[in-house]
Amino acid sequence: MTETITFHLVAPESEVFAGEVESVTAPGSEGDFGVFKGHAPFMTTLREGTVSVMHGGKRQDFAIHGGFADVTPTQVTVLAEAVEREPAA
Amino acid sequence: MASLKEMRSRIGSVKATQKITKAMQMVAAAKLKRAQNAAESARPYAERMANVIANLAQGVAGSDSAPALLVGRQQVNAHLVVVATADRGLCGGFNTSIVRKAREQIKSIEEQGKTVRILCVGKKGYDQLRRQHGSKIVDTFDLSAAKRLSLQDAQPIADRILDLFDKGDVDAVSLIHAQFKSVISQVPTAKSLIPADLTGAGDLDMAGAAYEYEPEEGEILETLLPRNLSTQILSALLENAAGEQGARMQAMDSATRNAGDMINDLTLQYNRTRQAQITKELIEIISGAEAL
Repeated sequence: MTETITFHLVAPESEVFAGEVESVTAPGSEGDFGVFKGHAPFMTTLREGTVSVMHGGKRQDFAIHGGFADVTPTQVTVLAEAVEREPAA
Repeated sequence: MASLKEMRSRIGSVKATQKITKAMQMVAAAKLKRAQNAAESARPYAERMANVIANLAQGVAGSDSAPALLVGRQQVNAHLVVVATADRGLCGGFNTSIVRKAREQIKSIEEQGKTVRILCVGKKGYDQLRRQHGSKIVDTFDLSAAKRLSLQDAQPIADRILDLFDKGDVDAVSLIHAQFKSVISQVPTAKSLIPADLTGAGDLDMAGAAYEYEPEEGEILETLLPRNLSTQILSALLENAAGEQGARMQAMDSATRNAGDMINDLTLQYNRTRQAQITKELIEIISGAEAL
């Protein structure tokens, strides 16, 4: 399964990540959630935690500090108040 | 006619001034580049934020529960004008034009019989408004200490505005800043912060889709709107910073050119005077020799 979705991670000062990924996991304020292609559109606020993306079989983590996520079947946009990149695990 | 020595020192001082303005111009050019980058990289966040809010706003528009931050209060008695200027001068008409716009705005609000309160961001705006509108200024923010503007710098300003709004001291808020059109053009603009101005939001590809909200739409809006306020302030401040450097670069460029013209004029005058003096001395010697 190599279907990808477009993922944007945007911090107030800059766009931290933009690109095609296989999946996104994010800490929603009412529970963590994972997104693959074709997810039902929804919008949620985020709490502090880790946003991880899988691309090319590798996982990349970003620590975020609050924000919100906007999910459509083909695209995920995370607006975070503050982002810190963690070394690719 | 000034003596030769006086003229020499005059030329020297103009040359020294020219060196300073030239240096300032180059510093401004370097800072402009950085400020412009910062303003541009902050744009995606602000745009997406505006889009999301516009989308949410459609859902709650018209209902009684629409938050006051979004639609404003029905009875507007006091209007808060946030004037964002630079902290430093020597940047041409940059600060003056923002303050002029602010004065117009203040006047037109007062003509409607409403009270005006002013919040100054940046020292120069405060200096210029203090004399005429001193009693209306509720607070001033000085951002000259911040090297790189971030959301942390905009947050206290947003908090103060929200505080005033929640207490009912003000019912509407607008922000005046310079819009960065290009390096040579900064347009002072007034923007409404409360009620939120959503005209800038782009077309929504998500319109009509059955969206799920977590938590409820209203709750999301309640957390988003204050955040939108600080985001808007941040982007205004970043545009201001870029505009300030652009204006300074221009002002210093023309100052450098002026100094160059002045040096040319003075040098010409200096040479003429010197020549005239030599000629005079020669005539004196010759006529002295003839008399013998």
